[in-house]
Amino acid sequence: MDDQVFRALADPTRRHLLDRLFERDGRTLTELESELEMTRFGVMKHLRVLEDAGLVVHRRSGREKLHYLNPVPIRLIHDRWIDKYTERRVSALADLKNELEESA
Amino acid sequence: MTTTTEQTTQVYAVFIRATPEQVWDGITKPEFTARYFYGSVIDSTYEPGTPYLGWAEDRSQQYVEGEVLEADPPRRLVTTWRALYDPETAAEPYSRVTWEIEPAGDNVTKLTVVHDELEAAPKTAENVAGGWSYVLSGLKTLLETGEPLQS
Repeated sequence: MDDQVFRALADPTRRHLLDRLFERDGRTLTELESELEMTRFGVMKHLRVLEDAGLVVHRRSGREKLHYLNPVPIRLIHDRWIDKYTERRVSALADLKNELEESA
Repeated sequence: MTTTTEQTTQVYAVFIRATPEQVWDGITKPEFTARYFYGSVIDSTYEPGTPYLGWAEDRSQQYVEGEVLEADPPRRLVTTWRALYDPETAAEPYSRVTWEIEPAGDNVTKLTVVHDELEAAPKTAENVAGGWSYVLSGLKTLLETGEPLQS
């Protein structure tokens, strides 16, 4: 699942689509298409990759298919990867600060 | 999440390596919720029309107030929602939270949380926007490893 998320995020058009949904969620394909210089087919293809990675989920509302940004996979990557590395760096800086202050 | 406009329907989904019954227990039993839901214990009998309340673990403070609208274990839980931990969200009307649990393959369950009816509750919409991701990530970790996320 992580691979799919990283792959989905490794494309500027797809990141742009996520940003559009971040600004306003629950949009139809037609609305998203109107903001991108791209064919409907192209937008569909990118949305599909985002949906497969779980970054976009759709729900039906009457006859409309609305697309929502799902931030949970990014949170999982944050909790799995980013926290781990930043925590070490933050604690290393905290140790350095303590050492410098003790020797001062 | 300060640059986003408040979303009146928010959708959060996660795949969890667990059975629907385990996911249901994870969201309904206070001994589980205390370990990933910002330390809050949920009190409810899960009968439609009865209260759905979230408390600090020592019960010194109430965090969430709501009512069970629908409960269909282990598939679906719908409650109203008012967050009491912030005076601004506490002053807003109730919104609605729907938990949908679906089998998604061999010992994998898809959990979707829809927080909607937020039109009259913009502070709540803003407040919960980052929170649900944290909660679902924590629930996934707890059910898959038996341990809460390091905080």
